Amino acid sequence: MERKLSPATIVLYVVLGILVILYLMPAYMALVTALKSPAEISLPTAWEWPSVINWSSFSEALDLLKPNLVNSLILTVCATALSTVLGSLNGYVFSKWTFRGSEIIFTLFLFGMFIPYQVILIPLFQTLRAMNLYGGLPGLILAHVVYGLPITSLIFRNFYAQIPTALIESARLDGAGFFSIYTRVVFPLSIPGFVVTSLWQFTQIWNEFLWGITLTRHSENPITVGLAQLAGGQAVSWNLPMAGSILAAIPVLLIYVFLGRYFIRGLLAGSVKG
Amino acid sequence: MREVSRDRIKAFLTLLPSIVLIGIFVYGFIGNTIWISLTDWGGVGALAEDPQISYIGFQNYVDLFTGFLEGRFRQDLVNAVYYSVLLLAGAVGLGMFIAILLDRKPMGEDFLRTIFLYPMSLSFIVSGTIWRWLLAPQGGVNILPTYAGMEPLSFQWLASKESVLLFNWQNLLGIILYIAAFILIIVGLLGLKRDPNRAMKRWILPGVIIGAIVWLFGDLLPQAMIMEEMHGLNLATLGIILATVWQYSGYTMALYLAGFNGISQDLRHAAMLDGASEWDYYRRIAIPMLKPITISAVIILSHISLKMFDLIFAMTGPDNAETGHPALNMYLTTFRANDFAKGAAIAIVLFMVAAMFIIPYLISSYRQQKGE
Repeated sequence: MERKLSPATIVLYVVLGILVILYLMPAYMALVTALKSPAEISLPTAWEWPSVINWSSFSEALDLLKPNLVNSLILTVCATALSTVLGSLNGYVFSKWTFRGSEIIFTLFLFGMFIPYQVILIPLFQTLRAMNLYGGLPGLILAHVVYGLPITSLIFRNFYAQIPTALIESARLDGAGFFSIYTRVVFPLSIPGFVVTSLWQFTQIWNEFLWGITLTRHSENPITVGLAQLAGGQAVSWNLPMAGSILAAIPVLLIYVFLGRYFIRGLLAGSVKG
Repeated sequence: MREVSRDRIKAFLTLLPSIVLIGIFVYGFIGNTIWISLTDWGGVGALAEDPQISYIGFQNYVDLFTGFLEGRFRQDLVNAVYYSVLLLAGAVGLGMFIAILLDRKPMGEDFLRTIFLYPMSLSFIVSGTIWRWLLAPQGGVNILPTYAGMEPLSFQWLASKESVLLFNWQNLLGIILYIAAFILIIVGLLGLKRDPNRAMKRWILPGVIIGAIVWLFGDLLPQAMIMEEMHGLNLATLGIILATVWQYSGYTMALYLAGFNGISQDLRHAAMLDGASEWDYYRRIAIPMLKPITISAVIILSHISLKMFDLIFAMTGPDNAETGHPALNMYLTTFRANDFAKGAAIAIVLFMVAAMFIIPYLISSYRQQKGE
């Protein structure tokens, strides 16, 4: 398309430019504040670039948040792997082995995605206590796997709907059964589905806070809880919370920047009906 | 044939563990929370081995909606409703606006989309921590105008004690009926073109009648409380709304952009040939076509705003009454005050409000799938 510099185009770019600045402002603020020494941080000069760049806030925040980062890493990797594998199997059944009532079951699954989690929090807390899982990571992993099932099953079901049924039929005529069709035909085609689903689950679980604060004891707190505690005091020097925020954001931001396409597909799968 | 039926059994058995887990952890737990909300479980011995629990019916709900001590909950609930409505308006409006801009395919579209969407990948705790600093009274956003040579703002973003759009909780019943009448009339007006007769009879007329009755005889309606109690939108919540719109407008943008890209360019060219302007194209063709996307966005965003916990926790801490939300109130009531029964009742109220949006949505999407 030929582009002319008409007034409308100029207005378009000016408006977009202003919006870009507005959207980047919080990130800029976090970075400048994290790079200042505590003595240099003051409200009237909050927007100004530091006179001396001070990287030590990052190593200090890393020291404080290291246990939380390790907890979150274990939690996120385990829960993502389990819920993605289960979601794949469920999606396979929901799209290729439908039975009477499977659509109703699927809709009942989806409902679990839309409940405010406060409504299951008290029984979840009690159940984990009764199972001796309260306070530690295994209990939190269990919660994330179970409540992750609706979205992972949904993404895989819609993904597998694109695999032609004829492919399944011909494998069946060749004598393949339920599991061998999965391992030989469906699974090899599933790589993009696994990428989309596991990225989605990774960011969701990494960012989760409500269960982290109510279901784990101090030594097992995930990163979100650690960061909230770091930033929560009244007399905080703001360089540490900002450096901590950047550290907590880096894993998901990396995913988003480098694998953004897949992230957006997960995001759309969660809302647009397939 | 026997092979196939054995495979069907295998398929069902594969699904079975998930069915059991969802059955227990979603439906069983919701049932359990409903039961807890009908008891008096709480107090000092609440976490003992075998706490004393007795059934007290709907007393917790009666307390929450009409009791003297629970004014904080009612204010939180009113605030959360205003918060949801403003978040929806802000995030859908801004997201749609940016999507329309990007739909004109400016240079660097991919880069721009990345910028508008990155806040969505962050944790609410991260964005809340940053926004708390941005909204500090004498710094951040408030001093931005000074860089353009203007006076600094002095708004107390997260601590303002002012509230607006106040109403008297005593008149709750009347207000609910007014809202019902308003919705009926709006639905009727929207359907007026398609089927005027039906719209008049089924929607507008009942709406007008309900509205008129409340207006004329509102004084006779039973009052929710003995004392006057005013509730409204706390202006401190505007800071939370600002941060949430920043974080979620990119999400609605991505939804609309995917929708716009799905519309055939031929349709656009045809509209232009017929003399439609760009504005007409979006208003009369593109946006009406994307009604399912608008519905999805409304459902997801209202779900997010109804359970909003992390962002407020990070921006003001859980105890700040000016930015209260039932989700935080539930946490404090349950895990700080050990009043499990009342916490359960608050959770059920939140759940009911959310269910009003979700259940119709799921039923319609189920029907569509069956129809395919």
